[in-house]
Amino acid sequence: MATPQTDEQPIVTSEDVVLVRQLVRARAVENGFSLVDQTKLVTAASELARNALEHGGGGKMRLEVLNSGLRRGVRVTFADQGPGIANIEQALRDGFTTGRGLGLGLGGAKRLSNEFDIVSRPGEGTTVTITRWR
Amino acid sequence: MERIPILKMGPYLLVTIQIDMHDRLAMTLQDDLTDRIVAARAKAVLIDISALEMVDSFIGRMIANIAAMSSVLDAETVVVGMRPAVAITLVELGLPLGGVRTALNVEHGMALLKARLVAAADDTDGDSAN
Repeated sequence: MATPQTDEQPIVTSEDVVLVRQLVRARAVENGFSLVDQTKLVTAASELARNALEHGGGGKMRLEVLNSGLRRGVRVTFADQGPGIANIEQALRDGFTTGRGLGLGLGGAKRLSNEFDIVSRPGEGTTVTITRWR
Repeated sequence: MERIPILKMGPYLLVTIQIDMHDRLAMTLQDDLTDRIVAARAKAVLIDISALEMVDSFIGRMIANIAAMSSVLDAETVVVGMRPAVAITLVELGLPLGGVRTALNVEHGMALLKARLVAAADDTDGDSAN
């Protein structure tokens, strides 16, 4: 079996958030995602990349192309070593924000993805994984 | 420094966003545009986003802010050319941009602004006659 394609992108500046969007878009296009699915995945990735930058003090993105039988998907993981999230349920609620944002990032990214997973420990950081299938 | 150009044409300010903006660039545009509305005494602002492949919550908020700020500064803003996939995604994201006037394309947007300017001018005439 061929090794699945992966990409990594550090997220240190707001220009890196743009690079994340471009990388996710390129992989979604290569794997035959519809325009709406591309846009949803790229938008979700943009929200999470910004979260990693603004709340996590920077982090990194890892992108994997998934090939499970007939389905193709793109999975994107955002990891930071920031302060972590004490109350994940509250953080997922629309309008909840500790920063300058609208508080739509986490909940919005979840709605725009087919699968969503978040692991966070106060003081250790946050890892969010989203998957969108074609 | 990198900037999005703002063109003045009569009472209108025209902005075409043609690149994938990072957050600082979006903030700069917001500041530049409000400054220009005041400096140029503009009454109408048209923002063409037909080249934008994605609008996330930050860029969406910038668009909403520009519309709100220009309204406070007595100017009308219309956002034109949003791609259907972007519109679908924005609503699902939770940011339907209710307070922002939109039009399908530049032509419709200009017609809308022109009608508003004419209506505003008529109002002023009526006031001075009394």
